[in-house]
Amino acid sequence: MAKKILIADDEQNIVISLEFLMKREGFTVCVATDGQEAIDKVRSEAPDLVLLDIMMPRKNGYEVCQEIRTDPGLQGTRILMLTAKGREMEITKGLAMGADAYMTKPFSTRELVTKVKALLDLPA
Amino acid sequence: MSPKARQGLVIFGASVVVLGVLVGAGVALWRDLGAEERAVLEPILNPRLGLLIMIGLVGAGAAAVLMKSFAQDSIAAPALLADEIGLLVGTDPSRRLKPSGSPELQRIAEAVNGLADQRRSLQDDVESRIREARLSVEEERNRLAALMSELNQSVVVCNLDGRILLYNNRARLQFKALSDAPSAAGGGEIIGLGRSIYLVFERNLIVHALESIQERIRRQSSQPMANFVTTTRAGQLLRVQMAPVMSTTEGDADGTVSGFVLMLDNITRNFESETRRDQLLNSVTEGSRSSLANLRAAAEMLEYPDLDVDLKDRFLKVIRDEVQAMSGRLEETANAFADSLKTRWPLDDMHGADLIAAAQRRIEKKLGLPTKLEDVDPAVWVKVDSFSLLQAISYLASRLSDEFEVREVRFRLSSAGRLAHLDLIWSGQAMSTETVMSWELEPMSFAGESSPLTVRDVIARHDGEIWLQREKTQHRAFFRLLLPSALPQEEVVAAAYLKGDSRPEYYDFDLFKQTEVSHELDDRLLSELAFTVFDTETTGLNPSEGDEIIQIGATRIVNGKLLRSESFDQLVDPLRELPEASTKIHGITPEMLVGQPPMAKVLPAFHAFAADTVLVAHNAAFDMRFLQIKEQSTGIRFEQPVLDTLLLSAVIHPSQESHRLEAISERMGVNIMGRHTAIGDAIVTGEVFLRMIPLLAEMGIRTLGEARRASEKTYYARVKY
Repeated sequence: MAKKILIADDEQNIVISLEFLMKREGFTVCVATDGQEAIDKVRSEAPDLVLLDIMMPRKNGYEVCQEIRTDPGLQGTRILMLTAKGREMEITKGLAMGADAYMTKPFSTRELVTKVKALLDLPA
Repeated sequence: MSPKARQGLVIFGASVVVLGVLVGAGVALWRDLGAEERAVLEPILNPRLGLLIMIGLVGAGAAAVLMKSFAQDSIAAPALLADEIGLLVGTDPSRRLKPSGSPELQRIAEAVNGLADQRRSLQDDVESRIREARLSVEEERNRLAALMSELNQSVVVCNLDGRILLYNNRARLQFKALSDAPSAAGGGEIIGLGRSIYLVFERNLIVHALESIQERIRRQSSQPMANFVTTTRAGQLLRVQMAPVMSTTEGDADGTVSGFVLMLDNITRNFESETRRDQLLNSVTEGSRSSLANLRAAAEMLEYPDLDVDLKDRFLKVIRDEVQAMSGRLEETANAFADSLKTRWPLDDMHGADLIAAAQRRIEKKLGLPTKLEDVDPAVWVKVDSFSLLQAISYLASRLSDEFEVREVRFRLSSAGRLAHLDLIWSGQAMSTETVMSWELEPMSFAGESSPLTVRDVIARHDGEIWLQREKTQHRAFFRLLLPSALPQEEVVAAAYLKGDSRPEYYDFDLFKQTEVSHELDDRLLSELAFTVFDTETTGLNPSEGDEIIQIGATRIVNGKLLRSESFDQLVDPLRELPEASTKIHGITPEMLVGQPPMAKVLPAFHAFAADTVLVAHNAAFDMRFLQIKEQSTGIRFEQPVLDTLLLSAVIHPSQESHRLEAISERMGVNIMGRHTAIGDAIVTGEVFLRMIPLLAEMGIRTLGEARRASEKTYYARVKY
């Protein structure tokens, strides 16, 4: 069965590429455009992995991350943070909040695919 | 024994002696006579006994009269002459004696005048040499003064006790703006020579900065300076840079710190523009990252061969959009940056354990909240603005204590590569992340301190992060502060560290010789104490019957100098009518008092002005009664020692009749101007007092305690007002 990926980002211009890319790699894709919607979709769609942006309206990525990690029912969800905040401080904070991996924008789509597959234990 | 008493004794003695001689002669003659001779004489003398006694008394009287004029010449006149000579020695060198009394005394007076002339010319000679020598020093001073007054920065120089030794006009203006007292003191109750800098800055802040400077000197750092940012009572942000003043004593190559220079910058406004700049910078870096990510992803998608035309167009549109957005953003930031200067929030390297110790002290002292240490890595150094960071930590602790009844907080410090983790840990009831994180966004205010900054601002200044984390197994939670770590302080730049020679030459002031030993004031020399000389004008003479103060004037004496520029001059609304008769004395009319502050407002300002000094007034008991009667209603007590120039005058010149201020100032050669205004009288009193100090010293009265004891012994002290 195809793994499901939630793309949580408020920027349409990245969502369009990510959506195409992930679908092409054979994943099922759903999209959330703010933090609250991301949490709701994590609960309703139960994705295997979330591509999570930090700067989002309503709830930021740190908060989404922390909420997912405090819900015992969602412990299997992998979180890959994708963000323009590239400083060591923010990376440390993201990982402390419970993200499994962190990629700083701009990133290579090839590397992204590799990382997603690694997090989902799929062959590269 | 006073000259008058001695005079009386001599006159009495002379009469007794004459009387004794006459009686003795009579008795001796009588004894020598034979029985017949006595029998012959007795009938002759007996009826004339009265006459004999009369002769004896006349003799004694004549002796007394003679003795009186003699005593006048040999006791009273010399005593007066001695007083006059004392004045000549102690005060006005141009004063000359008026020869009077016996020819001998007149010759003495002339001789003394001759000596005085000689002394005068010697003095002139010495003075001119001193003047020459001082000229170069003065020139240096002027150069420094000019330099300081030109500075855009406020500069304050203090000795190690925090006493202000020097400040520039800019600093005065700055402190005036910070003052919350009535205009009377013009900031003078905060900044002034000899005043304590701790009135403005928390003592811990200065001590902390001094310690870190000493630490740097010990490590031979090339720049032993410290920075901190603090908020004032009025909520302004001040950035302070502290540099040590070194003194080199002979035979000791290493200087010791004898004082410090503070350079102050009001950065309240900078802070706002800086925030805006940060936002701009943020939009450039993070915005560009996003755009680049979008561009790169879209470009990489275009490389896939299996793209339909529709999708291809959409990716191309993404590329066009983002390129346009990036160009726009670049233009915008370039313009915004063009006219703004970069100001930096200075961060200081600090030993992590010290930072935590300071946080503990603050939390325990300010909030009464117990603290404990967990693992604190002694090797961790952090780059911080310690003051604002300590404020942020204390603020978080205060919210925890106020809102979640946390009874104890703990600290933990560990290193994480180029970052340091500082944890503020507590245990207790669960709280939502939103609540706790919302504290970050409110301006910090707690335990009487308030700052326009939020915790988030402070953390942002450190380029740091903060978050809440839970330790479920232990039912605890903690704030983790991620701070930049610093290398342990070891930078030795040998070439830049020039011992001794690098000391600027214009620090040749005597200022740093003064160090305060925590003696009782009583043991301090009069010449080194700080005084507030004051005078009041009142509605009348009886405070107990409702008379009130209508004017307070005061000036300061520091290091033997009267500081006219640091004066206090304030009219007071007595909240009662002003008797017409009193206007004749002080010239203050009821109209002048309209709109003036009442005593309840003025007294606190005057109290602050006089803090840490000895009070001096002429006929001080009178003024003090007016102040003391207000103790109950205002809660303000003047507990400092008081000296009275009237009593001191009686100590110095016991044989002078008048000790009124006019008489004393005439005697001391003080010009009187503006009398019967409070400030005018205060200045005259101050000048008189200054001239009394060397005269008292000649009498062996050097310390405050000695002056007070001598005053108490004079006749006038026993008069109750």
